[in-house]
Amino acid sequence: MTTTATDRQDERLRTGEGLRGALSDVVERARGGDLGVIPVVVGLIVIWSVFQILNPIFLSSANLVNLTLESAAVGVIALGIVCVLLVGQIDLSVGSVSGLSGAVLAVLFVGEGLPVWLAIAAAVLLGAVIGWLYGQLFNRFGVPSFVITLAGLLAFLGLQLYVLGTKGSINLPFDSGVVSFAQLDFVPDWLSYTFAVVAAVWLFATGYLHARERRAAGLSARSVTTLAVRSVALLAVLAFVVWYLGQTRGVGWMFVFFVALVLVMHYLLSRTKWGRAVYAVGGNVEAARRAGINVRAVYTSVFVLCSTFAAVGGILAAARLAAANQSSGAGDVNLNAIAAAVIGGTSLFGGRGTAFGALLGIIVIQSISSGLTLLNLDSSIRFVVTGAVLLLAVVVDSVSRRSRTSHGRA
Amino acid sequence: MSVLSLRGISKTFGAVAALTDIELDVAAGQVVAVVGDNGAGKSTLVKILSGVHPADAGTITFEGREVVIPSPAAAHKLGIATVFQDLALCENLDVIQNLFLGQEIRPLRLNDVAMETRSWELLRQLSAKIPSVRVPVAALSGGQRQTVAIARSLLGDPKVIILDEPTAALGVAQTAEVLNLVERLRENGLGVIMISHNMADVKAVADTVVVLRLGRNNGVFDVDGVTSEDIIAAITGATDNVVSRRAQRGQTS
Repeated sequence: MTTTATDRQDERLRTGEGLRGALSDVVERARGGDLGVIPVVVGLIVIWSVFQILNPIFLSSANLVNLTLESAAVGVIALGIVCVLLVGQIDLSVGSVSGLSGAVLAVLFVGEGLPVWLAIAAAVLLGAVIGWLYGQLFNRFGVPSFVITLAGLLAFLGLQLYVLGTKGSINLPFDSGVVSFAQLDFVPDWLSYTFAVVAAVWLFATGYLHARERRAAGLSARSVTTLAVRSVALLAVLAFVVWYLGQTRGVGWMFVFFVALVLVMHYLLSRTKWGRAVYAVGGNVEAARRAGINVRAVYTSVFVLCSTFAAVGGILAAARLAAANQSSGAGDVNLNAIAAAVIGGTSLFGGRGTAFGALLGIIVIQSISSGLTLLNLDSSIRFVVTGAVLLLAVVVDSVSRRSRTSHGRA
Repeated sequence: MSVLSLRGISKTFGAVAALTDIELDVAAGQVVAVVGDNGAGKSTLVKILSGVHPADAGTITFEGREVVIPSPAAAHKLGIATVFQDLALCENLDVIQNLFLGQEIRPLRLNDVAMETRSWELLRQLSAKIPSVRVPVAALSGGQRQTVAIARSLLGDPKVIILDEPTAALGVAQTAEVLNLVERLRENGLGVIMISHNMADVKAVADTVVVLRLGRNNGVFDVDGVTSEDIIAAITGATDNVVSRRAQRGQTS
C-alpha cells in the first residue's frame, strides 16, 4: 500500500497490518479489559476438563449430543433475555411464559385436536401479546420492568395451571411432528458438513467483499490472509464438531434451529438500524430520544421479542419432554436463561452484549447441569453451583467494566 | 444579509415573561455570542430556535422566508442544528455510530463503509483530532466529545449552528480546541450562535455580542469596539450593579 488508509493517518494510532496486526489488536484489546469471549471460552475449558476428569462419559459424543439438544430450549429464551438486557431492562417472567406456552400448545393440540402448526402459532402469538402488554405498561406508566415482569411471573404461572386444568399434565403424542423434531430428527452427515462449508465460505465471501469495498473507499481493511485464516479456522472447528457429534446421533435439527435464530438476531442487532437503536437506548436513553429514535417502539419491540422467544423456548421444552405439565418452565428455567445471557457477556447495565453470548452462555450452563447430573448430584447442589457461576460471571463483567473505563473502552 | 433573524420574540411561562421582544440577527460566516446572567433567557432562546418550545409572539425569518419551528425535527429540516450542553452522546457506541445515530445509511443492511467515509470527511472539515472513529465515545476527552457532537450537527448540512455553553466543562487546552472549531465553522460559511458565560471565549471568537438581561435585549455590541467591562455592565445592568455602586460609595464618602 503506497498511501495510508483514511482511518490510519493519525500518527498516534498503533495498529499493525495484515494477519499479525489483526492478532496483536486482539491481544491489545483484551489487555484493555475488552475481553470479548475469552473468559467464557476459558471457563468452558475449565468446566469441561474438571467434569471429564470426574466422569469420563462427560465428553463422550453421546453426552455432547444430548447437551446440544438440552440447551436449545433455554438457549432460545436466553436470546430474548439478551435483547431486554441490551436496553437495560429485564424480564423475570420468561420461565412462566414458556411454561404457559407449552401448556397452550398441549391443550390446543391434544385437548382440542387442532392441527399442530395452528397450536404452535397460537402459543407463539400469545407470547408476543404478553410482550406487547409489558411494553405498553412500561411505556405508559413507567413502572420498572422488573416489577411488571415479576407480576407477570406469578400471573402467567397461575394461567398455566388454569389452562392445564385438573389433570395437571398433558402428554404430546410421540408421532407428532414437534416431538420428533425435538427428539429424533437429526441432520444427515453430508448436510451437516455442507452447512459447515457454507458457513466458512460465507464468512470469507462477505469478509472479502467488505474488505474490497473498504479499500475502494480508501479505508483500511483486513488482508486476504487474515480472512482466509479466519474462515479455515471456522471450517476446522465446525467440521470437528460435526464429525465428533456424528460418532453417535449427530447434530439435532432443534439445535440447528437455535443456532439459526442466534444468527438472525446477530444480524438484526449488528447490521440494522433497529439494532443500533437498541444499543443506543441501552447506552443513553435521552441521547437516543434526541437523535430521533422512537424509544417507546424500541422498548415495545424488545419486550415482544423476549416474550416471543420465551414462548418458542417453551414449545421446544414441551416437545423435548413430550409433555406439558405444571412444573414446565418452573424451577431454574428463569435463572438459567438470565445466567446464560450474563455469562455470555451481556451487561446487566445495558448497551453491551451480543446474540452469540446466549449460545456460549447456555452451553456453559448446560455443561454444568449435565456434568452434575452425571455425577449423580442432587438438584440442590446444581442450584448452588449455577448460582456461584452466575455470581462469577457478574463479577467478571464488573471487573472488566472497570478495566474498560480506565483503558477508555467503556 | 442575515440567514436567521428574530423580531419581537416573546415567551411566557405562566406569569413569568421569560423573553420579551427579542431581536437577533445571524449572517452566514458570522459568530454571534449570546451572553447574559442566570435567568436572562438564554436557554429559552435556544429552545425556541431548536423547536423545543414554540414562541408566543414574534417572527422568525430564515433565509428570507418567515418560518415557524414547531418541533426539533422541523428545526433540523430547516437547517438549524443545536448542540446542547450535555452533548447527548451514547458512550457505549463508537464515533461513527454516534454521528449517524437515528439517520443511518441503508437501515436494513447498514452501509458502514459509506458512514465511515462521511465521518472522516466531517471530522477532516473540522480539522478534528480524533485518532480513530472506531473507539467508543467513552474513550474520548471532553473536547473530542464536543467535536463529535458538533460534527453530528453538521450531518444535515445546516446553515446555522447553535452551541449551548460549548466550553463550560472543558479545560484550557480543550477550550482552545473548541474555539478553533467555532472558527472553522465560520470559515465554512455557517452562522454560529454561541451561548456563553465566559468573556474570554466571547472576545476570542465572536463577531457580535448580544446581551440579554431579564428576558430583554440589553445591547448589541461589535466585539472589536467593546471591552469586557462594558459587556459585564450590560449583563448585570449598567445603571445598577455591584461595580457602579462601589464607585458611587467612593464618591459620596
